[in-house]
Amino acid sequence: MELDFARQSHLIWALLPEIVLSISAMAVLLAGVWKHEEGRPQDAHWLGGLALAGLLLAAVANGWLYGLSEVGRDGIIALDGFRLFANWLFLLGAALTIVVSFTYVERQRLQVGEFYALILLATVGMMFMGGTRDLILIFLGLETMSIAAYVLTAYNRRDRRSAEAGLKYFLLGAFSTGFLLYGIALAYGATGTTNVAEMAVSIEGGAGLSGLLVAAMGLLAIGFGFKVAAVPFHMWTPDVYEGAPSPSTAYMAAAVKAASFIAFVRVFLVAFEGVYTSWFPILWWLAALTMVVANLVALTQANVKRMLAYSSVAHGGYLLVAIAAANQMATAGLLFYLLVYTFMTVGAFGILMVVSAQSEERLQLEDYSGLGWRQPYLGILFTIFLLSLAGFPGTGGFMGKIYLLQGAAEAHLWTLAVILVLTTVVSYFYYLRVSWYMWMRPAEGGAGEPGEDSAIFAPLPMRVALVATAGIILFLGIFPGNILDFAFVSAQDLFPPASGLIGGGP
Amino acid sequence: MLTEALVVSALLFLIGTFGVLVRRNAIIMFLCIELQLNAANLSFVALSRHLGIDGQVFVFFVMTVAAAEAAVGLAIIISIFRHYQTVNVDNFNLLKW
Repeated sequence: MELDFARQSHLIWALLPEIVLSISAMAVLLAGVWKHEEGRPQDAHWLGGLALAGLLLAAVANGWLYGLSEVGRDGIIALDGFRLFANWLFLLGAALTIVVSFTYVERQRLQVGEFYALILLATVGMMFMGGTRDLILIFLGLETMSIAAYVLTAYNRRDRRSAEAGLKYFLLGAFSTGFLLYGIALAYGATGTTNVAEMAVSIEGGAGLSGLLVAAMGLLAIGFGFKVAAVPFHMWTPDVYEGAPSPSTAYMAAAVKAASFIAFVRVFLVAFEGVYTSWFPILWWLAALTMVVANLVALTQANVKRMLAYSSVAHGGYLLVAIAAANQMATAGLLFYLLVYTFMTVGAFGILMVVSAQSEERLQLEDYSGLGWRQPYLGILFTIFLLSLAGFPGTGGFMGKIYLLQGAAEAHLWTLAVILVLTTVVSYFYYLRVSWYMWMRPAEGGAGEPGEDSAIFAPLPMRVALVATAGIILFLGIFPGNILDFAFVSAQDLFPPASGLIGGGP
Repeated sequence: MLTEALVVSALLFLIGTFGVLVRRNAIIMFLCIELQLNAANLSFVALSRHLGIDGQVFVFFVMTVAAAEAAVGLAIIISIFRHYQTVNVDNFNLLKW
């Protein structure tokens, strides 16, 4: 079937995954209220299962969209492989977060129904960000996602750190939104349209590089820079990631960051393609600074959750290299890396949730002393996640970095490639330090103490999720071919054939 | 006419940015962020004189988003006030700012 957005009903078909997911979010919200009994914690498994069913339905709808095609390449809703691949990322991130969060939300006595409904609604926002070609819809999707994420951060009202992290995230997030929106307004003024495809046509067809457009690109880069936590706009990240409830942190580090990158790529690589030379230096410096500063600061962290926050900033730096390279190979590398990154981040935060048991405690490095010998399975899984985050050969993280480097090499960004490799070597130190504590240090009053072993308990859904995640990371590290080809084909739609015919879609 | 409107909106935006960076009261910071959003709204309206009705439609979207953001933001500010009895961001140093 070919979709033509001149007909309203076709918009509904194009938005089927988003619609399905919105309805599921409402259903989860209602079910949470319906099942609520005074004084008793809600059953996280039941509501979480409902949310997972909604995600599965949305995934089916997303798969079904592969059978459709669109008229032209400038409709308000994109129907290209890039969007559909991004949707897989968001659905996967949300599903993994929900699976690892069951015990946490029950022990912390969080309101389960609202928690899962907010995760689903944030996912809808992300799917809009990745799936639209209109800057205003990107803005609306981003706000849907961000507002839900502010609430998820401040969700544990009894914990001061959660409230504090929520306030910081809210103030700086809303601040960055201001920049983004003003950038959109100026871009609208410079080109006369908010559609990224028409914007590209307008820029190439005479509007050219005006002062207004330069200001717009700068403001958009600042706005997206905040959202993807690029240095120097990363100040909020460590505090927010540390203070937020761990499932929210996992979700923010994986899915929220992925969504911001997807929108970043679509705006800069499609709309501003014609003026690549003028925004390229901004991205170059953002990527270089992010990689260097984040990796160096991560070295000094003694709190594992905070260290993972800085590591997530550093991974943002590696991904910014792909945007600076701006070719199909780099974009495919970015998609592949985001996929691996989702698995390894949620996995690592899952381990943190298991170890910190009752609440947000036991997050210091010393608490991991001897953990590997007391809890060998946990130790092995965490080591796999850490090695993959560090980019050790044989893991998905390594292959992801190879593809990013390949993209950078195709664009002749040699300096950035060298910085990427060097900072990766630096990052080995702080990732492997955690492993070293786990396997090489005797337990001293930490999580490995015999008396406290009962507190470390991974329930079945968590175990299944962690083992599957680690398995997929290793699989992607050894047989990356199929997934990379898939990412490469998905990235193709952002790069029209050399003839430059826009509107001559399949 | 267009230039003047854009200059005014740029000034508003700068005042908002400056306010967020200088003031330490969470509510005032939030008001300054609203000023930034309204600066963008002013640009949209001014530009829509030349570029068609779209710009004015965007303003409605932005206002809706700002209202939703205010609801969540004020709720978060209340929840932190319950813990600290203050909304001055300099006092929140459980986590390093």
